[in-house]
Amino acid sequence: MAMKAEEIERLIKEAFPDAIVKIDDLRGDGDHYAAKVISKAFVGVPRVRQHQMVYSALKGRMGGELHALALQTEAPPR
Amino acid sequence: MSDQAANPVFDRIRQEIKDNSVVLFMKGTPAFPMCGFSAAVVQVLNNMGVQYKGIDVLTDPSLRQGIKNFSDWPTIPQLYVKGEFVGGCDIVREMQASGELETLFTDKGVATKAA
Repeated sequence: MAMKAEEIERLIKEAFPDAIVKIDDLRGDGDHYAAKVISKAFVGVPRVRQHQMVYSALKGRMGGELHALALQTEAPPR
Repeated sequence: MSDQAANPVFDRIRQEIKDNSVVLFMKGTPAFPMCGFSAAVVQVLNNMGVQYKGIDVLTDPSLRQGIKNFSDWPTIPQLYVKGEFVGGCDIVREMQASGELETLFTDKGVATKAA
């Protein structure tokens, strides 16, 4: 059920080509990650919507094969 | 979401978030959270002294899936304030740390310890 960090990063970058993505494997078990995503796509977008955009980039894996992804999203500083 | 109108689970969710100012859809109960993420949000709400209704999705598989579809959000817990989806564990913790959550409760007329 685990997912590789590179695979998470690839899916996010596919949806947000400009994104700076930083992924931490919190427990080293390939199942509990933290991701920070910085992208221009988030400018002016409410936080819930920003996270929904990232979940949608992960194409349904979140909550399924990806059990835990602590997510932090932000727009780049201007 | 085309079947939204016909889904009885959605009706139940709508009723709950209409009848209760603050609703937390969670795994387990506020007294006995069954998941660390649910426990984290319970702790935030308890520390703020907010009255809320915890709804255990583990007791009802249709609700567990239904709330995910309803909010378009893949994970539990989910916090609703005055009928509006606020977010899951990460967002609630982030908003608590930045003070936004306190502001949200105040703006929505929800009593907290600090108020």
